[in-house]
Amino acid sequence: MLVHLLRRLGQSVLVLLAVSFISFMVFRHIGDPTISLLGEDATLEEREALTEELGFNKSVPLQYLHYVGKVLQGDLGISYRLKRPVADIIFERLPATLELALTAAFFALAIGIVLGVYTALRKDGFLSRAIMTVSLVGVSLPTFLIGIGLIYLFAVELRWLPSFGRGETVNIGGWETGLLTSSGLAALIMPAITLGFYNMTLIMRLVRAEMLEVLRSDYIRFGRARGLKERDLYFGHALRNTLIPVITIAGLQIGSLIAFAIVTETVFQWPGVGLLFISSIQGVDVPLIAAYLMFIALLYVVINLFVDFLYVLVDPRLRRATP
Amino acid sequence: MTLKTLGTALLAAGLLTSVGLAQAETVRWARSADVTTLDPHVFNTGTNFVLMHQMYETLVNRSADGKLVPTLALSWKMTSDPTVWEFKLRPNVKFHDGTPFTAKDVVFSLNRAKGPNAQVKSLLASMEEVKALDDLTVQVKTKGPNLIFPDNLTNLFIMSEKWSKANGAADTQDAASKTENGATRAENGTGPYVLASREVDSKTVMKLNPNYWGKGQAPLQVTELVFLPIKSPATRVAALLSGEVDFAQDIPAQDVARLKQDSKLRINEGPENRSIFLAMNVSVPELKSSNVKGKNPFADLKVRQAVELAIDRDAIKRSVMRGLSIPTGMMAPSFVNGYDKAMAAYPKADVAKSKALLAEAGYPNGFTVTLHSPNDRYVNDEAISTAVAGFLGRVGIKTEVSSRPIAQHSVAIVKAESDFYLYGWGVPTYDSAYIFDFLVASRGKEGRGAQNATGYSNAELDNKIISLSSESDKAKRDATIKDIWQTVNKERFYIPLHDQVIHFASVKKINVPVHPDNAIHFKDVKFVK
Repeated sequence: MLVHLLRRLGQSVLVLLAVSFISFMVFRHIGDPTISLLGEDATLEEREALTEELGFNKSVPLQYLHYVGKVLQGDLGISYRLKRPVADIIFERLPATLELALTAAFFALAIGIVLGVYTALRKDGFLSRAIMTVSLVGVSLPTFLIGIGLIYLFAVELRWLPSFGRGETVNIGGWETGLLTSSGLAALIMPAITLGFYNMTLIMRLVRAEMLEVLRSDYIRFGRARGLKERDLYFGHALRNTLIPVITIAGLQIGSLIAFAIVTETVFQWPGVGLLFISSIQGVDVPLIAAYLMFIALLYVVINLFVDFLYVLVDPRLRRATP
Repeated sequence: MTLKTLGTALLAAGLLTSVGLAQAETVRWARSADVTTLDPHVFNTGTNFVLMHQMYETLVNRSADGKLVPTLALSWKMTSDPTVWEFKLRPNVKFHDGTPFTAKDVVFSLNRAKGPNAQVKSLLASMEEVKALDDLTVQVKTKGPNLIFPDNLTNLFIMSEKWSKANGAADTQDAASKTENGATRAENGTGPYVLASREVDSKTVMKLNPNYWGKGQAPLQVTELVFLPIKSPATRVAALLSGEVDFAQDIPAQDVARLKQDSKLRINEGPENRSIFLAMNVSVPELKSSNVKGKNPFADLKVRQAVELAIDRDAIKRSVMRGLSIPTGMMAPSFVNGYDKAMAAYPKADVAKSKALLAEAGYPNGFTVTLHSPNDRYVNDEAISTAVAGFLGRVGIKTEVSSRPIAQHSVAIVKAESDFYLYGWGVPTYDSAYIFDFLVASRGKEGRGAQNATGYSNAELDNKIISLSSESDKAKRDATIKDIWQTVNKERFYIPLHDQVIHFASVKKINVPVHPDNAIHFKDVKFVK
């Protein structure tokens, strides 16, 4: 088992190196940081001098080695755009994204399971079919359209919810949270729904399919034959077996929620790492872009490692199979 | 002080605060991007400058009609030595931390702004030396007589020497420095507003400076200013419609007509200090993107004239800009020194004449070329390029539009890699020399021509451009400017399309006049009853 985990760890390091290298290659195509650093009206000599100083005239592999060397020493550099240490900025912005992603995940899971169970149990009901149709529309609409639609309805027309920002935040031990103020909670509703909508429909469809499958299985039929109450059958037996694959999927989706919060954060001006990433690309802020990509890769790697580890714990066959 | 008087004092203070609150007028101000740092000398970008102007001040400032007005300097004049400008400073001004403002701070700030890592240093290129004569007099020596030196100072903010040195902000940061500096997140200006809180990309709150020198001179009706960057244009407009912001900049052209019809809103409109134009590479022997081999069609003046005649500027205004542009034949807005109404006149599109010119130049069937365009910089930039491609197609010039973010586009311009491109230029000095220095002078000559990717090079013109920076006779200088413009307009390596128009959208109760630099001075903003 230890060997298995060590091997996975080794693979993870390779993935991180690959991601960092690919992102480094991409930098060559997003523009020239000397322009954002010096301004449009700098002279050619000034530009050349800065290119030299920052090492952009060296070959990409050399620049990359230099960068990896610095990262290994814990130095992520200074943001070109914000003129502050990259690590500080990312850690300041992380709480906003994590709160948004986790709320979206909670929303997707709760509503997805409820609707999934409902549409499975009332397979042919009118409401079920309506929910299924709406979910299809929801899956095919781009995130920003859902966001703008919600803003138009709930902010402009009804004026119930704020159209942008995070509301008031409270600092608890270095963590800026919006979960403890009413304006913070109000500001969270629309972005969380927007971000979680796709996953909600995904979970709903998964639950529905699994539930239908389980309901057809022998033990449910035997249970029904033995005279168990429908409620116990559905929620005690069928649902529990349905949820195992759902939890696996949901775990993996949390990583994607954080990574894909970019669009939602832009629509709602949610001050998290996604919005930071978009601004950094426009400003050709190479140290920040590199750090963000590495962070997302690290996140995926850690989640996957964790899931693998859980599998090993849960499934005894895996423990025996590894030499 | 006895307990009783202390109590009375506290009570009075409490009453005062509540009175203050009753009169508090907050303006929530939204625009597309946040400022990057509060250090006023690091970046040379309008977005940063507009926010800085609320907290920091400059020696001179520009009013909405383009004139220089006294700010921290009460008066300025060229001394008997034409290479020396003298500034008389405003007395009894204090920085936000209470330290008095003196000539030493001006000397410190101008030197700091000329430092190697300060983007604004290009505005001080002609400054040789700055020195304090006494507490309230500063002299600047320029490299040769510079008639327009004060025009360069409208975005050069004055910092406190004492505060900057105490906070590790004596110099602007370089890109490789390991730590941030003390001015990145804090400010200590002399301006009408004091920073209360700041969250990047989220909000910046400023309160009226209780000790501002301009009390009684400016309305100072806005007592609290909340700056809210909102990146997505649709969300920004929604926030204005929903009443969450009071004033918004960077309004998308397609929303202006709808917002104008909203009775709760006020839309102010005015010309911007920015011209949009096409540029052709006239110097390479062969265009990279063309099917013409062995020669460069743009090198022929007839072809350049044919390109201009193919383009219908009025149609671009009507269909692409929705009426929100000022078509022109000159690459300088009307308030820039050197603007000439006759030269700004532009020809009507004439397909037949354009085709005839192409045939005369030896391209009866036209040719192919790629037009490079930014897609996130100017108003409807990509759509303008697409329209231009359509117009050129009518005369046989098959144009493929290749659009890209400005971060990439400007790299290609700086490296002069484009055959044909759309670009825009603003003039912070309000003087034509700024256009000539960057766009017309030969590339690399005395540091000039950095943005001239057309390859146009004319030694005689270069000498005239260089002479502008040291000509002390205004009439003579203006004549040279006119002379240069005539050559530029005749040679047509740039085809001016239009000047942009700025829109400020606000709730009815505030009226914010449009400034050509997209600038706002909230100390002057009044509430309408």
